[in-house]
Amino acid sequence: MALKMSDYRTTYFADWCPGCGDFGILNALQMAFTELQLPPHKTVIFSGIGCSGKTPHCIKVNGIHTLHGRTLPFAIGAKLANPELEVIAAGGDGDGLGIGAGHFVNTGRRNIDITYLIHDNRVYGLTKGQASPTLEAGLKTKAIPKPNLNAAINPVALALAAGYTFIARSYAYDVRHLKETIKKGIQHNGLALVIIQQPCPTYNDINTKEWYSGEDRADPTTGKPVPRLYKLEETGYDGVVHNPDEAFEKYLAALTKAQEWDDKIPIGVFYQNEFVPTYKDRISKRIPNYLENPPAKQIICDEECRPITSVRKMLEELTVTGLD
Amino acid sequence: MIRDEFVWMASGPQGSGVDTAANIFSRACCYGGLHVYGKREYHSNIKGLHSYFHIRVSPKEIGADVDRVDLLATFDAESIVRHIWEVSPGGGIITDRDALGTRIDSIKTLTPAFRTEFQRILENKGVKAETVSDLLDEVKKNNVKTYAVPYMEVLKEVADEIHEEQLSRLTRMINVLALGTTFGLVNYDKAPVEKAISTIFGNRPRIINMNLLALNKSYQYVKRTFGDDFGHKLEAPPTKEPRIFLQGTQAVALGKLVGGCRLQTYYPITPAADESEYLEENEILETEAEQANGSIIVMQTEDEIAAINMASGAALTGARAATSTSGPGFSLMAEGLGWAGNNEVPVVINYYQRGAPSTGLPTRHGQGDLRFAMHASHGEFPRIILCSGEIEECFYDAARVFNYAERYQMPVIHIIDKALANSNKSYRIFDPSLIRIERGQLLSEKDFKGEEYKRFQYTESGISPRVPLGTPGVVFWNTGDEHDEVGHICEEPTTRTLMYEKRMKKLDLADKEIPVEERINFFGDPDAPATVVSWGSPKGAILEAMEKLRQEGFKINFIQVRMPLPLPKEYVAEKLGKAQKKIIVEGNYTAQLAGIIREETGIAMDYFVLKWNGRPISADEVYEALKLIMQEKAPRRQVLTHGT
Repeated sequence: MALKMSDYRTTYFADWCPGCGDFGILNALQMAFTELQLPPHKTVIFSGIGCSGKTPHCIKVNGIHTLHGRTLPFAIGAKLANPELEVIAAGGDGDGLGIGAGHFVNTGRRNIDITYLIHDNRVYGLTKGQASPTLEAGLKTKAIPKPNLNAAINPVALALAAGYTFIARSYAYDVRHLKETIKKGIQHNGLALVIIQQPCPTYNDINTKEWYSGEDRADPTTGKPVPRLYKLEETGYDGVVHNPDEAFEKYLAALTKAQEWDDKIPIGVFYQNEFVPTYKDRISKRIPNYLENPPAKQIICDEECRPITSVRKMLEELTVTGLD
Repeated sequence: MIRDEFVWMASGPQGSGVDTAANIFSRACCYGGLHVYGKREYHSNIKGLHSYFHIRVSPKEIGADVDRVDLLATFDAESIVRHIWEVSPGGGIITDRDALGTRIDSIKTLTPAFRTEFQRILENKGVKAETVSDLLDEVKKNNVKTYAVPYMEVLKEVADEIHEEQLSRLTRMINVLALGTTFGLVNYDKAPVEKAISTIFGNRPRIINMNLLALNKSYQYVKRTFGDDFGHKLEAPPTKEPRIFLQGTQAVALGKLVGGCRLQTYYPITPAADESEYLEENEILETEAEQANGSIIVMQTEDEIAAINMASGAALTGARAATSTSGPGFSLMAEGLGWAGNNEVPVVINYYQRGAPSTGLPTRHGQGDLRFAMHASHGEFPRIILCSGEIEECFYDAARVFNYAERYQMPVIHIIDKALANSNKSYRIFDPSLIRIERGQLLSEKDFKGEEYKRFQYTESGISPRVPLGTPGVVFWNTGDEHDEVGHICEEPTTRTLMYEKRMKKLDLADKEIPVEERINFFGDPDAPATVVSWGSPKGAILEAMEKLRQEGFKINFIQVRMPLPLPKEYVAEKLGKAQKKIIVEGNYTAQLAGIIREETGIAMDYFVLKWNGRPISADEVYEALKLIMQEKAPRRQVLTHGT
């Protein structure tokens, strides 16, 4: 029997502020799961700390709400031990690019088959609005006492440099686009990053819903707002590497696209390369039966609790019994 | 004179083959039927600073280090200067003949602190020594024999024979010349030495032959030049007992594999990393039943924060998972440890203590982290701590800690120390069949019939049945926040009170259920008037000192605390209650275990024997300290200082 969207809902009360982008992200996730018919028991969402960290409690799949910045290590541990799991990691911009930046970069080296969502609202919401690593220098959102001194990280460029093999951006208020992007990320064979632009109605009074939709700038001829966001797919941009020879060209194109912000903000897939061996491929080369018999599935003892692992050969190598 | 026990030291700059020489010497002694105990000392340095391996061999099993050296094999001038006073009367020193003229003040790697101390010793002895040769002349007065071997000349003979024109290519074999000299002086059978060389250089016949040639040339040189002058003959009683020779990190790795560990994370750190590398070398596992091959995934992470959290992530899938580290790494793990405690995750941390605080003494010994391991991370949550006291214990303990972790669903910290990690020892072969695997309340698909699963269900014992991620028919939630039975965030005071208590009372259960034999080792006469208490690697030194003192008529017993958390306090109190002299022996400044015992039992120690100079406690110095106590001549606090 097919799973309905309601099957992915819990009764947990989502306590985000009215108008929070997290509601859109939650909806998009539940829609994507429904369309992909992900079995709840095999699906795990790991989250970090902050408003986004509460997402797993609202979705009826396994939900592991971890520590600030540590979403990725937890998610990787589970995926390594049981590669059958569909693993999604979700965290804020401060979580992934500030306190967890080391994990963000090093995860790129592994091309492990998980999907990582960054809820990017450019502020630390739950601690009342401090600047996050994606807020540009000189900006002063309403809760910070002085303009921001630190420059912003460009997460798309950073992910490219780190080795992510699927990099996309979407928008929390375009639930359809976000749902499709998340689905592509989940279906990608390798490490997928989806950066989600998300207004924080309470603390970010600069990058508001109105700002993203360009209500501050009208087309002089039509008088209509000119949205800042535009869809890469609609411009003929194709970030997908179709054969290994074009990987570098696509990488450079994505890096160039990654520089766009403010007046024109691209959403959609910047880069996708499935020719890079995934982590499970790399392990399988060394451990041929890894996928059939991964750590989580291995039997380690018999019914009498006796261990079944034999270290006979290792002990032989250490043996120093006297000569004949 | 045939000596029952012989102490040899290989000494030279790092990168000069000290470890290889020690390995060959140890194996050669083992193959001959001797038991071996080797202590390794080295700087936090890749090449050039001083290092040594101090090795005791005996027909009987040995569990500790002693202070003296019977035969010191040096590769350079610095080694002579550093260890000159350790050589026992009647012992010998092997030197490079070219090193004799070296002026002591020209040795750049001698630190200002060493020079000051050395000068003080010379002044106390009334000795004037400018060169290495002057020093050797001085110890000759104590009947120490010196054997200067022209390493380069002997090497030239080797080079000529194998038609190697560049002598510099062979200088890395100076360690083998020192070995040949050693075995020549003590008249040791060459067959086990040759076997050791062949084993260590594996399937590289050219290297084996070169080394065998160097061995024989130096052996012959010694016979020719010094004959039987040394007077010690190293004889080995033949034995057929199946024995292994290994270091602590290997014992831990073996125990982990038998115990079912299937995912290990680590960030490179001394002295823990050897364990992970050994696991990775052996990642594919044979099974005894008709099962497919098993495997262990060894993941080198970006830091120790990732290491512990990745291990916890893996543990949530039902795999036995662990991470291995030392003090600085464990400091970074503190937050992850708390998460595992709060979410009742059975994760294992193998904690190799070294000299601390901060980077401290990265390659040296220390036991200053017990309190930290017990209290790391904010707030209160249960954990179990098990401390191994010798290499063999490391093996069985490394398996057992997973049982504690899974039965009580909490992080378990297995404490080892540098003296155990890097020392190596021969043992009767370990018996994996003694190990049992207990997985606690671990549910599977068949246990679910559609009802809602509560990961943190309140129960009488505090233990809620656990289920691996991925089990059909069930989903669950975890959070580092306080949570309700389902695992959702909950800040209600009633829930907080109940859930907190549910977690904490698992420790009472562990305390009640885990038999005292797994937590304490008691040695000696229960009615002895003096009781020594210790934990970790001092065990071997204490047992040896106790035996020596027993022979002299001093009765002492010994409580080796293996599980300081939860401490079997009634047992400890009962044993200590009988003692007239209560003595703590620990490798730290503040006597941490003594403090814990006082906190738990109200019983205070009478005597403190402490050491924190970065070197393990030796059998000799603990013997001296205990003897003073037994003779009523000791101050309340004695600080041990042996070690170079």
